[in-house]
Amino acid sequence: MSLYRVAGKGRVTTAKPVSFSFDGRTYKGLEGDTVASALLANGVHLMGRSFKYHRPRGPVAAGSEEPNALIGTRRGPGRFEPNTRATVQEIWDGLQVTSQNKYPSLKFDIGAVNDAAYMLFSAGFYYKTFMWPKSFWHKVYEPFIRAAAGLGVSPTEEDPDTYASRNMHCDLLIVGAGPTGLAAARAAAMDGLKVVVVDENPEAGGSLLSEPQVQINGQSAWDWLSGELDALQELGVKVMTRTTAIGYYHQNMIGLCEKVTDHLAVLPEDTPRERMWRVRAKQVVLAQGALEKPLVFNGNDRPGVMLAGSAQTYLNRYGVLVGKQPVILTSHDSAWHAAFDLHDAGAKVQAIVDTRDSVNEALQKEARDRGIPVKLSHTATGTSGRLRVKSLRVNPVSGATVGAGYNIACDAVLMSGGWTPSLHLFSHTKGSLAWDDDRTTFLPKETPEDCVIAGASRGLWGVAAALMDGAEKGRAVVAALGKKANVQDYSVEVDRAGSGVSHKELPTDQNPGKAKAFIDFQNDVTAKDVRLAVREGMRSIEHVKRYTTTGMATDQGKMSNINGLNIAADALGKKQPEVGLTTFRPPYTPTTFGAFAGYHRGDHFEVVRKTQIDSWAEENGAVFEPVGQWRRAWYFPKSGEDMDAAVRRECAATRASVGIFDASTLGKIEVVGPDAVEFMNRMYTNPWTKLAPGRCRYGLLLGDDGYIRDDGVIGRLSQDRFHVTTTTGGAARVLNMMEDYLQTEWPELNVWLTSTSEQWSTIALNGPNAAKLLQPLVDGVELTEEAFPHMSCIECTVAGLPARLFRVSFTGEIGFEVNVPAPYGRQLWEALWDAGQQYDITAYGTETMHVLRAEKGYIIVGQDTDGTVTPYDAGMGWAVGKKKPDFVGMRGLARPDLVAEGRKHLVGLLTEDHSKLEEGAQIVFDKNQPIPMTMVGHVTSSYDVGTTGRPIALALVEGGHDKVGDTVYIPMPDRTIAAKITDTVFYDPENNRLKIGSGV
Amino acid sequence: MTRFNAFSLLKNALSGNKNWTEQWPEVEPKSSYDVIIVGAGGHGLGAAYYLAKEHGITNVAVIDKGWLGGGNTGRNTTIIRSNYLYDESARLYDHAVDLWEDLSQDLNYNVMYSRRGVLMLAHNVHDVQSFKRHIHANRLNGVDNRWLTPEECKEYCPPLSISKNARYPVMGGALQERAGTARHDAVAWGYARGAAMRGVDIIQNCPVTAIRRNADGSVAGVETAKGFIKANKVGVSAAGHTSVVMQTADVRLPLESYPLQALVSEPVKPIFPCVVMSNAVHAYISQSDKGELVIGSGTDQYTSYSQRGGLPLIEHTVAAITEIFPIFNRMRMLRKWGGIVDVTPDRSAIISKTPVDGLYVNCGWGTGGFKATPGSAHTFAWTIAKNEPHPINAPFTMERFRTGRLIDEAAAAAVAH
Repeated sequence: MSLYRVAGKGRVTTAKPVSFSFDGRTYKGLEGDTVASALLANGVHLMGRSFKYHRPRGPVAAGSEEPNALIGTRRGPGRFEPNTRATVQEIWDGLQVTSQNKYPSLKFDIGAVNDAAYMLFSAGFYYKTFMWPKSFWHKVYEPFIRAAAGLGVSPTEEDPDTYASRNMHCDLLIVGAGPTGLAAARAAAMDGLKVVVVDENPEAGGSLLSEPQVQINGQSAWDWLSGELDALQELGVKVMTRTTAIGYYHQNMIGLCEKVTDHLAVLPEDTPRERMWRVRAKQVVLAQGALEKPLVFNGNDRPGVMLAGSAQTYLNRYGVLVGKQPVILTSHDSAWHAAFDLHDAGAKVQAIVDTRDSVNEALQKEARDRGIPVKLSHTATGTSGRLRVKSLRVNPVSGATVGAGYNIACDAVLMSGGWTPSLHLFSHTKGSLAWDDDRTTFLPKETPEDCVIAGASRGLWGVAAALMDGAEKGRAVVAALGKKANVQDYSVEVDRAGSGVSHKELPTDQNPGKAKAFIDFQNDVTAKDVRLAVREGMRSIEHVKRYTTTGMATDQGKMSNINGLNIAADALGKKQPEVGLTTFRPPYTPTTFGAFAGYHRGDHFEVVRKTQIDSWAEENGAVFEPVGQWRRAWYFPKSGEDMDAAVRRECAATRASVGIFDASTLGKIEVVGPDAVEFMNRMYTNPWTKLAPGRCRYGLLLGDDGYIRDDGVIGRLSQDRFHVTTTTGGAARVLNMMEDYLQTEWPELNVWLTSTSEQWSTIALNGPNAAKLLQPLVDGVELTEEAFPHMSCIECTVAGLPARLFRVSFTGEIGFEVNVPAPYGRQLWEALWDAGQQYDITAYGTETMHVLRAEKGYIIVGQDTDGTVTPYDAGMGWAVGKKKPDFVGMRGLARPDLVAEGRKHLVGLLTEDHSKLEEGAQIVFDKNQPIPMTMVGHVTSSYDVGTTGRPIALALVEGGHDKVGDTVYIPMPDRTIAAKITDTVFYDPENNRLKIGSGV
Repeated sequence: MTRFNAFSLLKNALSGNKNWTEQWPEVEPKSSYDVIIVGAGGHGLGAAYYLAKEHGITNVAVIDKGWLGGGNTGRNTTIIRSNYLYDESARLYDHAVDLWEDLSQDLNYNVMYSRRGVLMLAHNVHDVQSFKRHIHANRLNGVDNRWLTPEECKEYCPPLSISKNARYPVMGGALQERAGTARHDAVAWGYARGAAMRGVDIIQNCPVTAIRRNADGSVAGVETAKGFIKANKVGVSAAGHTSVVMQTADVRLPLESYPLQALVSEPVKPIFPCVVMSNAVHAYISQSDKGELVIGSGTDQYTSYSQRGGLPLIEHTVAAITEIFPIFNRMRMLRKWGGIVDVTPDRSAIISKTPVDGLYVNCGWGTGGFKATPGSAHTFAWTIAKNEPHPINAPFTMERFRTGRLIDEAAAAAVAH
């Protein structure tokens, strides 16, 4: 048995020893121990160093609010995490734990030199210095400050663990499985309600785990607890332990993070480390209890100085005495019970020092009966001991006078400054708070969410009050859900509800300006820092917080907020609510990134959308590129070919005979209804009324600002039905925009919009032999210039499959796009591929598509346009219906600047030296000007692998349409390239090759 | 007020830090000022500072409904850069960076401007084209920005994964070395102290309820919770609430407000040397001097004044960060929060005179206002003092939405500011 372990106490399993290492040394603990309880059982209090002064620190708490005892935890390669609370991490055989923020060792840390110069490092000192010489900030001061700051070290390896995400819906979610939460659950657990109780601890019970003396309904607390948990299970209540409610979001959505494996010695297979639950609850009961406040006095941070309630928890839950000669320092009754519990477990309590001048006589009698010296009306003014507290200096107080101090030898100081309701989740809801003078704390007031708060988290102390309030609130939410509640009575004995007073920093007989009386332990913020901040004009708690960093440590102010507020209010001479409370923000406790990311890692980071033909492309060696979420075949290299060679071959083969291209990613929207044509007239710039069924038209879509947003070929299948295609990336955006207009601007139109992007597989055939290849496979139409001219569409069968066939071209060659129901995509592709063998059919990817279209001057929205290009700028004024009464963007397009001279126009560029321009390169008229140069445009597309025999480029150039034939300059870092402005069409400007039977 | 330096720090330390004085005094408003600035964020306080320092106009009040620096100045991820595409933006933000470089010395307040470099990652061909366009434009504008290969990106930022198997592999990046971060609160406090030292009144917790106009239409002053305060010139610099304030003067603004979320991790020792932005996966990250990883996400999908923000967006942002920096998967999120950003149709700001004589407006900074703070404040002060825009902010008019002369950085590059 370890030195400080008490036989017969606690919920740890004596029969199951566990060994783990701390800074390389092996320690023994018991199953059920946390790192902190196991180290304390071995007499180790020193577990860390503070942030700024590197002061030695031990655990001050026993739960997730711990600011001091932060450690690194490791489980072999890749499984390391810094800043873990030793008070939360359960031990398992082989766990490796290291201390942090120290060099060379925890016991001797050079950084502690800061502590000696602490007056220099007062709040905000860094705003006042490190400014000279200027260059030193970046090179000297900042690297130095950064190296000194930070706590643990970051992981440096990839995390081998997995994380899960789950959704859950329930009628009632109860946060906190203490007496309040359990009573609420019992009240609600009938009439078929789905009730879920969550608790961050490894077992349910909350404060009952630390208070075994309580009797509930004639049973001991732990017997009652175990029976109650069984009963709740019978009733179908789901109790989730090691599960923290991290955040409360809109409309009763609560995020839960469940720790699944961090406590296990052996990792089960296929089990996530943590699981993020997104819960949508009809009602929520918040029963998070209360947190004990430290007292603020000189030296209140030494290892061994701890919250009294936490000492009680270590004793009753873990069977650990945190000290054999503790002294109690308190302003609240509750710490007296800690004294009694420790005394009864064998500790020699040196004294109970209470700041109050009168204390409940029954408590005093209990102390006398145990022979514990009691000192009322006392303050504490110092502690001694380098790595562990050795004595507490106390002084009698009479009125405003602090008398002479004397030391009480001890090995632990157990303090209590009273209790603070846990309002964190309530605060996430934007719930309002009201200051309660009696309890010197904020209490919950109103919240916009369907949520009630119960028990100690609304300032009700004691187990009896918790049970009653939990049951009452449980019944209330059940009533709100229109169901019947269970009515349960509770009788409670040996309850220890007490009272107390709240303090700013304790009075002292010494210079308070030199006291190291800590408010925020981790960030080393003292009472004098807060007073300095106020002196310097920081009058809101937000300013005080930011100036001193109080409340910004990894406990997020759980320990420090109310003490900081009391002291700031005192310094300002104001009431606390006038100074305000900083907003609590999610997550409740620090939460692993991996748990937020969940399944969204690696290939699952975002879904990879693949077409039905993707598998063929992969089998045939395609190189892919991401286009939004899609992956598309970029090019199909043959052995030994690089990208340029492959694209050059694909381009040439398509122009020479026939190429096949997977166009399935194109966005497709079915626009249907009696008013479909009117809708199209209003959405797109083009006129649609006269487009006959069976014909297609290139459609141009603007934003309301008049700039090009999207384009695509649109087929009219019948009077009331349009097959709209959009760009690949624009599919969702265009549908959203259409729905937005339809629903908000034109609700009178009788039109239905359906996204059909994934309903069709689309295959493009292009080249002089495209019609010849396709004709034998087509049933229902003759592919002649007369029967099915360019820009026609028809529903027919292709290779025996029902199809929508379009005669369109994005290459300048005879072109078809065959749409078949998506699952048949590969079947059609292979049919066309086989039929194409006699024509040396060539599969091409997106790059060849880009090159061939650029040779024809066809734009790609988003590449040749950038959201600042009008149809006229792009040379597509012809696509704007001049006689239409309205279309989206018409008024935007009429704005003065959009019709002004000197706008940037889309033109072609041919370099004089036949070099290839870089896409994005900037264009100037005057190559000799100094920097900053006047830029007049940029290269939007540029290729040198096409079929025109020389590199070509498209560019936006100021006034370009009027400058065809002029020379412009492209200044590159190493040289300036001259280029001639041309028309945008570099290939077959007469469109002869689009015609079937033209003989080319 | 005590001048800040190592000597005064030492002297005060030796005297128990008892003798530090208020950095800005608490004052009651006078009945009249030459200029009133509505909104005590970095931009508003900075404008007051430059009015006093550069234009000799010291009879100035900055009025805020809450605490100074309590809005987006104190909520952002502190990124500073100027590698913008268009000449107008590049000049404005580069002007700001010029001022950032000397700001600590100018204010006698260490705002911790840290030139640690901003690296913007390209994950697809479109990103590459767009970033190269920026780099070429920046080069010809004399703005620092250069292209890095994936290997160079990794060398500059070692935690970066450049695995070819990533969902969106890194194809390169644009690096502005002059860019970096600063300490956001210190910017507000430094300007407040500097302005107060020159006689500016800073009036906190005093909502401006209306702008009052004279019979001839010009500005008469502002109605506040503490009564009417006269001023012939009023500059409104109230971020998301600008449109509400301006409405009281019958000036409508083309602004929409969105929640924008950010988060920090627990603090760790230095691991992340620069700022990295990735628009393709919607996230940006740096490490504060305190050691926290500071991570920003994109705006929520819908307009709102809620400062809560939802879980799904944060899940996506964190997933994006761990996708690019897999070593951070076991780090923990310490705190996340939301701010409200005011967005114009072209995602660029308005620093402008208005149709109302004596009324000036500075708003529409969207997600990119912090980096512009000194440049914006400096040119806004000029505009107010001289009743005409500085050449640098002249393009950032309200009128451009009527004429169509937009400065559409977002459309040009799909880049978050």
